[in-house]
Amino acid sequence: MPKPKVAFYWCASCGGCEETVVDLAEDILGVVEKVDIVLWPVAMDFKYKDIQAMPDKSILATLLNGAIRSTEQEEMAHLLRRKSQYMIAYGACAHLGGIPGLANQFSREQLLKFVYEDAPSVVNDQKTRPQPKFTDQGREPTLPLLHHVVRALDQVVEVDYYVPGCPPTPKVTKAAMTALLENRLPPKGTVLAPDVALCDECPRKPTKPTNLSFTEFKRPHQVQLDPEKCFLAQGIVCMGPATRSGCEAACTAGNMPCTGCFGPTSRVHDQGLKILSSLCANLVPKDPAEIAKVLEGIPDPVGTFYRYGLARSLVRRRVDLPVE
Amino acid sequence: MNDAAQTADAAWTPRIVAFFCNWCTYTAADLAGVSRMKYAPNVRIIRLMCSGRVDPQFVMDALAKGADGVLIGGCHPNDCHYVEGNYKCLRRYQMLRRMLPELGIEPERVRLEWISAAEGEKVKRVINEMVDQIQKLGPLGLPKKFELWDREMEHLAHQVQAADAAQGTPTCTHGQTQTMETAHA
Repeated sequence: MPKPKVAFYWCASCGGCEETVVDLAEDILGVVEKVDIVLWPVAMDFKYKDIQAMPDKSILATLLNGAIRSTEQEEMAHLLRRKSQYMIAYGACAHLGGIPGLANQFSREQLLKFVYEDAPSVVNDQKTRPQPKFTDQGREPTLPLLHHVVRALDQVVEVDYYVPGCPPTPKVTKAAMTALLENRLPPKGTVLAPDVALCDECPRKPTKPTNLSFTEFKRPHQVQLDPEKCFLAQGIVCMGPATRSGCEAACTAGNMPCTGCFGPTSRVHDQGLKILSSLCANLVPKDPAEIAKVLEGIPDPVGTFYRYGLARSLVRRRVDLPVE
Repeated sequence: MNDAAQTADAAWTPRIVAFFCNWCTYTAADLAGVSRMKYAPNVRIIRLMCSGRVDPQFVMDALAKGADGVLIGGCHPNDCHYVEGNYKCLRRYQMLRRMLPELGIEPERVRLEWISAAEGEKVKRVINEMVDQIQKLGPLGLPKKFELWDREMEHLAHQVQAADAAQGTPTCTHGQTQTMETAHA
């Protein structure tokens, strides 16, 4: 019997998700033994036309990481969706838009202007910008277009499963691969991680107060962090209560608060608003001016609460930006 | 903007979703009703047990689904039936109001008012004021915006369909552009 075919692909991402596949260490050999990798641009040489030539649904699963923000990524997402039985959104960017999703606070023009003209490290006196088409010695090379909106994978193609995390841990990756190869998959649309909040597996849980009461918010670099006490009890914003578990509390165990990369549990539609609701309700002051003063301790609520989830939030993007 | 859209905009009237607490503001709205007070008909009232039950997700969901504004009504400070619920609402509201401009939404579209069970008159005044305010701001129209944003994806879908038609292969059903609604479903 031929081995099942698997594809790995990357879109708007940093490469950390690819690292995780490699981080499976010896376990990757077990995976490689059981599957045929038909596409993995970061590690192996395949051409897009090889994929185009394959019959539809002939790939068992595509693990696609990264958000979708260019026409090329969009096209590859469609192509791989069509060639695969299962499309798996791998990592926070494909799942929720991730860090690239924060670009949804700015217009395309603002982004291009900063990157090609205004960034302090840029020298570009002629204000050259990449062009989608260009003629050189009779050839006409093309570049993909940048979309106005950054999208999570399921805002572009149908997604069967999600492997969360920035990046997903080797443990959730292995669990997903095993479920896939042994055909023990949960209902379609499931996020392949426990459906409870991070606090559930956090080693600091015993020190989480029953009634939280914030008199100020501090940022991790402003204080000496207690390595055992619940971050919320220390007045540090921790996304744990609004974030899915499954990472084995890697950040809180390393003395940093959770930033929310596993996304919300299945009952929550908007992770950012849920943590806003939880944190702000538990302030001590009752007077509007004093409340505002405590809330100033969170200088960038969009960047803090929607660190990974802006593209997949209820409004998706700053709503007054142009798309033309 | 085409003619049809212009006519649609001319026919626009503010659509406001109101979350009123059972014990004070909803009772006040009831009082306004039995007292035969007249106020603008642009508000859809949803009764909750407490303003502390107003999840910020409700507010943003209302706006994302087409509301032009959201009004929250609760008991006056120290009068909450559940002692602290209205303070919880106030604190969430203050942070939400701070976040709205960063998401490109005018903060005036969301308003919190304390209205006791005896203040039917205040229900009338606040609703009329809010309708005026939203009238000045104009439509928010988020569902239309989402549609407009996703238009940039139709181009490729059309190209793929054309290529498929040329090759004689059936068009991939997954290749359709998904809106936020279908993506959530």
